[in-house]
Amino acid sequence: MLDGRQRAGTMGEVLDVKGPFVVAPFGETLAELAAERPEIVGLTADMGRYSDILPFARAFPDRYFNVGMAEQDLISIAAGLASTGKIAYCTTYAAFVTRRALDFITIGCAHGRANVKIIAGMPGLVNPYGATHQATDDLSITRLIPDLTVIDPCDATELSQVIRAIADVEGTVYVRNLRGKVPVTLDPDVHRFELGRAKVLAAGSDVGIVSCGFPTARALDVAARAAADGIACGVLHVATVKPFDREAVCEFAAGVERLVVLENHQRSGGLATLVVEALYDAGVQVPLERLGIHERFNECGSQDFIERQHGLDLAGVLRAVMGEGGGDTVAAGSKTDIGGKG
Amino acid sequence: MATREHTSATAHDRGPATDITVEALRGRALELRRLMMRMAAGKGEGYIAQGLGIADALAVVYFRELRHDPGNPAWPDRDRFVLSTGHYSIALYAALTLSEVLSAEELDSFGLNGSRLPLSTFEELEGVEVTGGSLGHGAGQAVGMALGLRLDGRDARVILEVSDGELQEGSTWEAAMAASSFRLDNLIALVDCNGIQADGPMVLDLEPVADKWRSFGWDVEEVDGNDLTAIVTAFDRLRSRDGRPKAIVLRTSPGKGVPTIEARERAHFVRVGDDEWDALKAELEETHA
Repeated sequence: MLDGRQRAGTMGEVLDVKGPFVVAPFGETLAELAAERPEIVGLTADMGRYSDILPFARAFPDRYFNVGMAEQDLISIAAGLASTGKIAYCTTYAAFVTRRALDFITIGCAHGRANVKIIAGMPGLVNPYGATHQATDDLSITRLIPDLTVIDPCDATELSQVIRAIADVEGTVYVRNLRGKVPVTLDPDVHRFELGRAKVLAAGSDVGIVSCGFPTARALDVAARAAADGIACGVLHVATVKPFDREAVCEFAAGVERLVVLENHQRSGGLATLVVEALYDAGVQVPLERLGIHERFNECGSQDFIERQHGLDLAGVLRAVMGEGGGDTVAAGSKTDIGGKG
Repeated sequence: MATREHTSATAHDRGPATDITVEALRGRALELRRLMMRMAAGKGEGYIAQGLGIADALAVVYFRELRHDPGNPAWPDRDRFVLSTGHYSIALYAALTLSEVLSAEELDSFGLNGSRLPLSTFEELEGVEVTGGSLGHGAGQAVGMALGLRLDGRDARVILEVSDGELQEGSTWEAAMAASSFRLDNLIALVDCNGIQADGPMVLDLEPVADKWRSFGWDVEEVDGNDLTAIVTAFDRLRSRDGRPKAIVLRTSPGKGVPTIEARERAHFVRVGDDEWDALKAELEETHA
């Protein structure tokens, strides 16, 4: 099916930003933070232009290292810098760093709790380049690494707060980066990112959406639309994927008739799997539908196009929330019921 | 587990002991080999051959070149010795013991359940700079350390050990490329060419090793890795800070100093019967005499 343009050249920006946005929140925040903390260094593997680290690089050229196209080396060098007392923020694409440099993240960094912060760009489906550039599996990979912290911020407000907060985390942190014009969904005067704490962003007892990453904006949009149709939809935003806030998820699930888990990641191994594990372990039974990326190598295409393929577009999520069947337009089996209502 | 009270915390001015004689280094190398034999004895098998092979280079590193403080292994101005081949742990534990970072009593726990001295190195042990069991990690981390030390204006050096087999890991060359691009002349690599790897003799043709490093922009010496005079001379030749990272290609003989083990050529993981150790220890003494 041919459907519009692939929008090549967007390089992982969140598209169609209609409301307020911040440009390059990662790099701008890092530059501010580095002015306060001389121990911060920044690294990239030939992705300076496409990771938003340039504001830092321009402000602190002596503390910026571009190691070339070498993801293993990127992580190793960061670990070595960390061992000399630095806080090493390193950035490239999520697909490259988690797949190619996994041993270096696991053994070179997490094992020794190296003070390395991996800012991983283009998580999930935010680019038109297909499976090579789409990290649809990074949460499942990173969540299995002991002593690693994994964060999937939802907007510019939270991303900026996360970039600051992780400087004080002793150890290795993996952050899914949002680049370019990053929408502002959460009020910076109100929202406070707390490591390891999920936040209820909307209340509602008919249905609850558990989400992480930028789909949380869609979850809030859908919740508002559902309310207009008389459906009270709550939203629990799980910014910290690891350590996972099991208690908050179980408490949220206990207060709704059914759950929809929404993530910018494959439906297995990521947020939905964490939710199911937490609920099952706690004996909480609630109907649950998983909205996420299907387990297949994706076609190239615009974000809108690909989201529709996976039922992650606005209409698809709204259908799931309204109980009208999942947004799954491609494959059957998106609906998963882990048990009758207790 | 044994702990140790250190009393040498004021030794921050310890620099390279370049006045130590080759004869004294020979004595240190013998002590290192004795400690390795003590650790390996009765364990049945292990990476003893690699340890014996690199003992001479480690004697030079720890008792002539390395500026460190055994009483304060985390001293920020220390030179770093990065052992990338974690399975050479027996050699590193011996060096850390002989230089009084670890206690001699603890050596007997080598390889036992719950020991701090497992068959492969882990960085939580004092004096161990990197976790080395997965090959190809040391070089990149050494580059990062060298960058960090230079950024802080510290004149400390990073001495990196990598093995010939490890040169098959692409990450080693990523680091080699970065080191010369970043002009890290505070980094010196010891490339232990002992000619063996897990599956036996080198499974890929790596030669000419020295020319490969030169082509990556390194200043390289190539020596007999069991000739103390040659190793010392190479270190002295490579002391300049001219913008280039340094490398010494060491041609070592696995099992050096214990002819029976040395004769078990191409043995990556040597098996030794419990009844053989006394004779092997005697061989070490006879060879040195």
